Amino acid sequence: METLLQQLINGLTIGSVYALVALGYTMVYGILGLINFAHGDLVMVGALSALQTMMFLMGVAPGMSPIAMLTLALLVAMPVCMMLGFTMERLAYRRLRNAPRLAPLITAIGMSFLLQTIAMILWGRSYHTFPQLISTTPLQPIAGVFITPVQIAILITSALIMVALILLVTRTRVGRAMRATAENHKVASLMGVDTNAVIAMTFVVGAALAAVAGVMFASNYGIAHYGMGFMPGLKAFTAAVLGGIGNLGGAMLGGITLGLVESFGAGYIEDLSFGFLNSSYQDIFAFIILGLVLIFRPTGLLGERVSDRA
Amino acid sequence: MLPDQSQAILELRGLSVSYGGIQAVKGIDLALFPGELACLIGANGAGKTTTLNAIAGLLPLAGGDVIYAGERLNPVPAHKRLAAGIALVPEGRGIFTRLTVEENLRMGAYIRRDKVGVEADMEKVFEMLPRVKERLPQVAGTLSGGEQQMLAIGRALLSRPRLLLLDEPSMGLAPIIVEKIFEVIQSVAREGVTILLVEQNANLALEFSSRGYVMESGAITLTGSGEALLADPKVRSAYLGEIG
Ligand SMILES: Nc1ncnc2c1ncn2[C@@H]1O[C@H](COP(=O)(O)OP(=O)(O)OP(=O)(O)O)[C@@H](O)[C@H]1O
Ligand SMILES: [Mg+2]
Repeated sequence: METLLQQLINGLTIGSVYALVALGYTMVYGILGLINFAHGDLVMVGALSALQTMMFLMGVAPGMSPIAMLTLALLVAMPVCMMLGFTMERLAYRRLRNAPRLAPLITAIGMSFLLQTIAMILWGRSYHTFPQLISTTPLQPIAGVFITPVQIAILITSALIMVALILLVTRTRVGRAMRATAENHKVASLMGVDTNAVIAMTFVVGAALAAVAGVMFASNYGIAHYGMGFMPGLKAFTAAVLGGIGNLGGAMLGGITLGLVESFGAGYIEDLSFGFLNSSYQDIFAFIILGLVLIFRPTGLLGERVSDRA
Repeated sequence: MLPDQSQAILELRGLSVSYGGIQAVKGIDLALFPGELACLIGANGAGKTTTLNAIAGLLPLAGGDVIYAGERLNPVPAHKRLAAGIALVPEGRGIFTRLTVEENLRMGAYIRRDKVGVEADMEKVFEMLPRVKERLPQVAGTLSGGEQQMLAIGRALLSRPRLLLLDEPSMGLAPIIVEKIFEVIQSVAREGVTILLVEQNANLALEFSSRGYVMESGAITLTGSGEALLADPKVRSAYLGEIG
């Protein structure tokens, strides 16, 4: 029972982070039919620019409270990623709107390499210790079940962000314009919607979520690195496909589900593989799931017909 | 009421539009006067939709000018033409199928900031289209074709257009629904909105229009009053399915 609860907590935490990243993939796909493979690298940029900010603050204001420092780090990381997201769309993807589908895809992969290379030049190849400003000392709410304050922070923050995003998309005028643009750019522009601005905003919002996710990820594991966006990016993409790409609720559900599968799977992977694999192979579950979804339910858990966008 | 004939609300001067290298509209001239209901008829592929889309700013021009209320619209992007007063109900209706009926209507009022006015106009649309009101919370994709067409027209009206462009509102609908749609179009026209109507159903369109334009292979080949065109033997044989 304790093990089960523990795996639930761990799975929900990492799943929330996947969900935040998956939302960025799915929003861009929903509005452009584009899979922005560079999105995962924004997670890395978010974490490393937050790290840079913290180092700077520790130098100039060593007595600053951890919460203030974390907030300031986010206030730098988010705009940095938002600007990158905006720039990617403006300089590359916008020009490729009417290009054959392979062109933006290859561009996205190239963009991903570009971001990693720039990060490698700026921050080097080494793994950096990420200051864990929120304590990682586990609390024990129930005997035998541990939860760290940073996990609690991740769960609460991501829940709040997801609720805010749902309200933005379903209840506001801008959200309505986003959904209208996602369905039909031309008709949306006939309604007076500046669809270019809406598309740019979608990239920017997704990038902000990625920045937050990056800070969460690095805070949870205490490490940042120029290649750290790759795996969460791939998993978040899997989560988005699992939930039904293009569908916001699906990205959230897919992220959480993937987090849970990984966390529970990690506990049993040794038994499942007859002792051949240990829990460090837990990444395998994401790709088993991706394979299964693509075979048995290509539209994902909550997805509509994928073919209605082309 | 006689429409003010002094200045055209819309003028096309030598308008040309191409897809790739192929010219779909070949230098047409057309003038619409305030308050009039005019129609543009022609066979499949004549270039009617292309013309309307170009007026709405969805397509770049290969040549010529779109003049609206005395102003050259060529450089104005589509999303700003609505604010100028031009609304297009596109071919195939262009309903946002995943939005609710109410959200579709609100999209029509997207550029408006006068909440009170929007609510009042909503009521007016409901009066004109009672079927739409019954279905406000429904996802618009579940509406019948006729209801979708009504919704598309209602949505366009919520922007308070001065010029309404309608692309084949009767397409694919049963005669009894078409009749209703034409009643709505007439009542909109009576309110003083200038209308350019594209139709396959030339008989009906000409009957209601003060002026008609006949388009063939990207060029306007004939123009005249609705009555005159209805009586024209060439029109009758080519577009009205005249037997014998
Ligand atoms: N997106 C496009 N790309 C290339 N050619 C096009 C495109 N749209 C229309 N055309 C061509 O332009 C010409 C005019 O088409 P348009 O749709 O304007 O005709 P229409 O008069 O509206 O016909 P219909 O009555 O069938 O709707 C046709 O020859 C058509 O094949
Ligand atoms: Mg047409």
